[in-house]
Amino acid sequence: MKSNFLYVIYILWLRQIKRYFRSRARMVGSLGQPILFLVALGYGLGPTFAKAGGGNYIQFLAPGVIAMGILFTAVFSGIEVIWDRQFGFLKETLVAPVSRFSVMLGRTLGGATVALLQGVIVLCISLFVGFHPVFVSIPLAILFMFGIAIVFTALGTGIASVLEDMQGFQLIMNFVVMPTFFLSGALFPLEGVIGFIARFNPLTYGIDGIRATLIGVSTMPGGLWLDGGVLIAISAIFLATGAWLFSRIQV
Amino acid sequence: MPTAISVKNITKKFNHTLVAVDGISFEVEAGSTFAFLGPNGAGKTTTIKMLTTLISPTSGSITVNGFDPTKDAKKVRKSFGIVFQDPSLDDELTAYENMFFHAGLYGVPRKDTPAKIKEMLGFVELWDRKDDLVKKFSGGMKRRLEIARGLLHTPAILFLDEPTVGLDPQTRNHIWEYIKKLNKERGLTVFFTTHYMDEVERIADRVAIIDNGKIIANDTAANIIANSGTKSLEEAFIKMTGHIIRVDEATAADAFRKMAAMHQGKNRR
Ligand SMILES: Nc1ncnc2c1ncn2[C@@H]1O[C@H](COP(=O)(O)OP(=O)(O)O)[C@@H](O)[C@H]1O
Ligand SMILES: [Mg+2]
Repeated sequence: MKSNFLYVIYILWLRQIKRYFRSRARMVGSLGQPILFLVALGYGLGPTFAKAGGGNYIQFLAPGVIAMGILFTAVFSGIEVIWDRQFGFLKETLVAPVSRFSVMLGRTLGGATVALLQGVIVLCISLFVGFHPVFVSIPLAILFMFGIAIVFTALGTGIASVLEDMQGFQLIMNFVVMPTFFLSGALFPLEGVIGFIARFNPLTYGIDGIRATLIGVSTMPGGLWLDGGVLIAISAIFLATGAWLFSRIQV
Repeated sequence: MPTAISVKNITKKFNHTLVAVDGISFEVEAGSTFAFLGPNGAGKTTTIKMLTTLISPTSGSITVNGFDPTKDAKKVRKSFGIVFQDPSLDDELTAYENMFFHAGLYGVPRKDTPAKIKEMLGFVELWDRKDDLVKKFSGGMKRRLEIARGLLHTPAILFLDEPTVGLDPQTRNHIWEYIKKLNKERGLTVFFTTHYMDEVERIADRVAIIDNGKIIANDTAANIIANSGTKSLEEAFIKMTGHIIRVDEATAADAFRKMAAMHQGKNRR
């Protein structure tokens, strides 16, 4: 029974991974945006940032763009529930003699793994535009990257579970994903009102965690431990809520 | 003969007002083929969804293979296979992968899985296409794959919701041949819905005619024709319901999927 629970999670994880590696266009396509941000912002704003006393902008920016790659891929992976509903595969999993919790968990872990891979690719690319991370800390940074991936895949899955079709998709992009990205300290240091708002944004803690590990700079008061704690707590809450919403899907 | 499905006075209301299924009762003998005949919107799919644990009836009781779908969902789910009205395959995976994932979800013993997949894909004559992506398959091939998948975990009952809609006559024949063979050779109970009269007359041991959520006849096709004093099931249907069975080839869902597919090409990531 228990081994079957884990096997079901594995099966659904594997499905996400297979779909990812099969669609090269998706893999390459979703790298365009991070590269653009790294190059255009990195080189474009770099001098201004340095003049203002901010130091090397690429060092600051790269962790933010890595997080961006993860955020977008994660939300998209979660949203795939809507596609599966429209193209029918969702019914196959909902009528199977397994708990919906295991189905949701497997999908989410799979989506999060895909998002993490995307983040790792962005990290590698950033090395070519002048990012110098603390190499020994990369494994620790990957934990934070995975935390971001879980949080936002679970969020996407939860939202997709209550949306009937792709109509709501643009709404999510404009009112959830974009604000999450811009109000997270990904592109600029957090100060004043924005800094205050950003404290309620889980991505802020993820990015701070990546910065703290990769460049040794943390701007959040609680440092790495708070960053990690917040990501774990929000992951648990989003997974539980997402699973609950997923279990209520009617087809 | 033991009873495979027993339905007592079930009703399904949507949004408290629309009565999709209106107090129907029927029994299906184990090992028989049972048809649900009715026009679009009659309540066929809604009934199948209630029998297969996807939705709960507003009132009434159901037993499938001895279990109540609302209470023992997992046991009921293990005991049937289903081919939904709309496609339910993962197009981005191969035929084999679709089968493999199904086996995992249904707890088919891992060491038996490859042999079982080979047997079922062979049965529907898709073994030599096992490594092709499902999106390259024709409608008929997809249907056959769905049937093979539905049978992979050796269920006692197979539900088929309008399995032949949109297929050419040759493919339709082909599919019914498989199903009849399974019914004869393995004693599989088959519950199918359709709005094709000829399928009912050829395939079904018994047929329930459903119209506007109500069962208006439940007998063998021959008896229904004889009792109505007509010459064919079609005439009997018109006499009993006062209208012909509308055959809308493309359902709204089909049209929507086509639209979505066009959209997908442009927008999907
Ligand atoms: N989820 C739903 N919400 C509201 N109405 C529904 C839903 N599903 C089906 N219906 C309605 O219930 C009736 C029966 O539908 P259905 O069972 O799909 O018919 P059939 O399968 O015989 O064509 C139709 O009027 C349909 O519009
Ligand atoms: Mg239907």
